[in-house]
Amino acid sequence: MTAPALSLSGRATIDGSPLFGPVDLALEPGGWTCLLGPSGVGKSTLLRLIAGLRTGVDFAGQITQAGGPLDPASIAYMAQDDLLLPWRSVLGNVMLGAELRGQKGDRARAEQLLSNVGLGDHAGKRPAQISGGQRQRAALARTLMEDRPVVLLDEPFSALDARTRADMQDLSAGLLRGRTVLLVTHDPAEAARLGHRIYLMEKNGLHRLDPPPGTPLRAVDDPDLLSYQARLLQRLRHRAAP
Amino acid sequence: MTGRILNALLVTALLLGLWQALVTLADLPPFILPGPVRVAKALWNNAELIGWHALVTLTEVLVGLAFGVALGVVTALQLAASPLARRLVKPALVLTQALPVFALAPILTLWLGYGLWSKVLMAVLIIYFPVTSAFFDGLMNTPRGWLDLAQSMQATRTQTLWRIRVPAALPALASGLRLSAVYAPIGAVIGEWVGASQGLGYLMLLANGRVKIDLMFAALAVLACLTLLLHVAVSRLCDRLTARMV
Ligand SMILES: Nc1ncnc2c1ncn2[C@@H]1O[C@H](COP(=O)(O)OP(=O)(O)O)[C@@H](O)[C@H]1O
Ligand SMILES: [Mg+2]
Repeated sequence: MTAPALSLSGRATIDGSPLFGPVDLALEPGGWTCLLGPSGVGKSTLLRLIAGLRTGVDFAGQITQAGGPLDPASIAYMAQDDLLLPWRSVLGNVMLGAELRGQKGDRARAEQLLSNVGLGDHAGKRPAQISGGQRQRAALARTLMEDRPVVLLDEPFSALDARTRADMQDLSAGLLRGRTVLLVTHDPAEAARLGHRIYLMEKNGLHRLDPPPGTPLRAVDDPDLLSYQARLLQRLRHRAAP
Repeated sequence: MTGRILNALLVTALLLGLWQALVTLADLPPFILPGPVRVAKALWNNAELIGWHALVTLTEVLVGLAFGVALGVVTALQLAASPLARRLVKPALVLTQALPVFALAPILTLWLGYGLWSKVLMAVLIIYFPVTSAFFDGLMNTPRGWLDLAQSMQATRTQTLWRIRVPAALPALASGLRLSAVYAPIGAVIGEWVGASQGLGYLMLLANGRVKIDLMFAALAVLACLTLLLHVAVSRLCDRLTARMV
């Protein structure tokens, strides 16, 4: 699997009034690009444009993949909400994609992925029977089951408690290694820890920042990382002030 | 559960007591309002007769329910699957609601005769719209995120309908079914009033004409019990249907 470069440039308007842009976003091929910004600034909209999903905005610009047109079949999508279907077992949810395409799913692989995310013993349970953190891991397994070279993550960890969030970051960084990943987040620490490339999205535009030293996944107690994320937070707060 | 049954029995006993008290205290003649004891006697003495007519009504209601629900479910699926069907059928469906279905009863009797089918069709007409619109609303209100997920997985439209939209709409369908269990007997009895030679509605009119008011009330009581039992049975079924969906 070769992980393609992906880029978006253009502007978006809602009923004629600008939401963002003009912006230029280029995803790191085979690495994690983190898109950081306050809520309401248009991060999810940007991600949904790349995913080819419906948005309420008019977009003028272009989205390219490996220099050519976007291929939605090479993109997997994971949101803050785990989106597990409550009437299916955890295993059934992981195998959903193939069924929705009218194909036969690979059960052995789904079981393997579930055990990779630590849910081997919960395959037969329903989503309501496992914890929030476990549900998000099931959603990760479902995303991995799709086996796409590009993975778009819209704040997938933000509803989790601090420890579970750090665990999920470790797990995802490992299991999504080598893919082109776009992670939308409002958490500076998360962006600093995971990003090969970091963008800051603000009302006045999209800024590409120099990432902290070292390569992801960065250690949570790395002093460089800590001072970087502190500066990032200050910048966010400063910009948010009127 | 036993608490609820006990509660229902208590309320029933209380109402029967009030009924008897009203009859006794206001000294109402039995041809206006017979007391519960009189009605119970009429029920006992005419058990076979009432039972036979109840069976007829029950058949009409069950057949009507089966056809009405099947028709409503199929219509809702068609509407949900095809924008063209929505544009063509939806206005017509709403328009039919402007027509009082009861007013059709004499016409149905004229066309279908005094037998089973005019009553079945009456029940079908009454429950068709609630079932269709409840299920259709459910099908059109699938949570956005699930549809996004399906789209990102390159789902086919058919698979999305059957594996996501239909299961997600079952609770909405269940509320349509609960309504239809209450409406179907109304349709059947109105059909019987307009023209029939059997059924509880027919028996009530017959008893009324012969001033056997206690028999009329006995038939009414059996009709109420039938409707109640049907409501409980359908509710149970719906609970089981939706228990897996949450
Ligand atoms: N479908 C839509 N219709 C109208 N406004 C929308 C729609 N989608 C998003 N918006 C608006 O666009 C802005 C950005 O939304 P979003 O992309 O979700 O931001 P973020 O993910 O950064 O929090 C919000 O203010 C939201 O109200
Ligand atoms: Mg968002």
